[in-house]
Amino acid sequence: MEYLLIIISAVLINNVVLAQTIGICPFLGVSNKVETALGMAGAVTFVIVLATMVTYLIQIYVLDKLGLAFMQTITFILVIAALVQMVEIILKKVSQPLYQALGIFLPLITTNCAVLGVAILVIKKDYNLMEGVVYGASISVGFGLALIILAGIREQLELIDIPKGMRGVSLSLVIAGILAMAFMGFTGIVK
Amino acid sequence: MNQITNFTKGFFKENPILVLVLGTCPTLATTSSTLNGMGMGIATTFVLIGSNGVISLLANVIPDKVRIPAFVVIIASFVTVVDLLMQAYVPGLYEKLGIFIPLIVVNCIVLGRAEAFACKNSVLSSLVDGAGMGLGFTMALGILGAFREIIGSGSILGYKFIQGDGILLFILAPGAFWALGYLIALLNKLRRT
Repeated sequence: MEYLLIIISAVLINNVVLAQTIGICPFLGVSNKVETALGMAGAVTFVIVLATMVTYLIQIYVLDKLGLAFMQTITFILVIAALVQMVEIILKKVSQPLYQALGIFLPLITTNCAVLGVAILVIKKDYNLMEGVVYGASISVGFGLALIILAGIREQLELIDIPKGMRGVSLSLVIAGILAMAFMGFTGIVK
Repeated sequence: MNQITNFTKGFFKENPILVLVLGTCPTLATTSSTLNGMGMGIATTFVLIGSNGVISLLANVIPDKVRIPAFVVIIASFVTVVDLLMQAYVPGLYEKLGIFIPLIVVNCIVLGRAEAFACKNSVLSSLVDGAGMGLGFTMALGILGAFREIIGSGSILGYKFIQGDGILLFILAPGAFWALGYLIALLNKLRRT
């Protein structure tokens, strides 16, 4: 039951992009086609779950033990950068098709604030390892959901004549605003 | 390069938010009021000036292959400094900005300036560039914050001048998206004509 609460609240109510506004850069950057959006969502899920596990263990067994909690930011960003690089190398060796699908998105993920954001939030919220992983996974599902919805809308927009000033980023932002308003409707499902 | 144009380019010609559309996450999240927005801007400016300065000093020492991780470590150090300073001296603001202080590390503007400017230019130019970009960022955050605060809660810098509640939606996430979207559209329109 507790896990269900975490999932619903992270995917719908506190959607990472539309309610907490974390991870906007890839949200605006790779949302012009549904196909690329799916690839990005997959890659982000993979990295977030992995990064949450590793950073959690490092926080508990290294930083807290040695009293180095103030090194959190530096350690986490380095771990995430190294992890992304490692995942890229391993994927290339192990599974060529998966690498083809996710490969180009992996380097972009290091600068996705959602990854570092989730790692820090899991520590802040005092989750245990299992809750942290579930939370990370649901955050990435929420990210993927928002990304794919926006990509679907933007694919339709290509057929429409848009006023010049609104083209590109600004229209995407306005649409994201309307989506965010729609997602506010979920507030109050979980007490 | 002329230091004055180097400084002012961050405000209009290459404003990180309004023209380059970088660093949107903190922009949207922290501009629910003018003060929060400006606070975030100033914290980012400090990190930008510091990291730009140190990176331009070390640019010749850092091997090209590991430059991105090296830059990230330098940036993260300054972010930690800001984080601890704010926690000590402005706890109220620190509480409100919350997770977005450590997230300055992944703000594209900071790494972007390090990669595009600081590693190729002199220390003085890099410092000036960092200050200009940072203050341009602060200005954009201030404008957005003021706009959202006026519409959303009928006050400016915390002083209430409209009785009753504002349009609450503008303080929440949807208002952030709309405010930035229409501001960029307006600038596009002005620049074309």
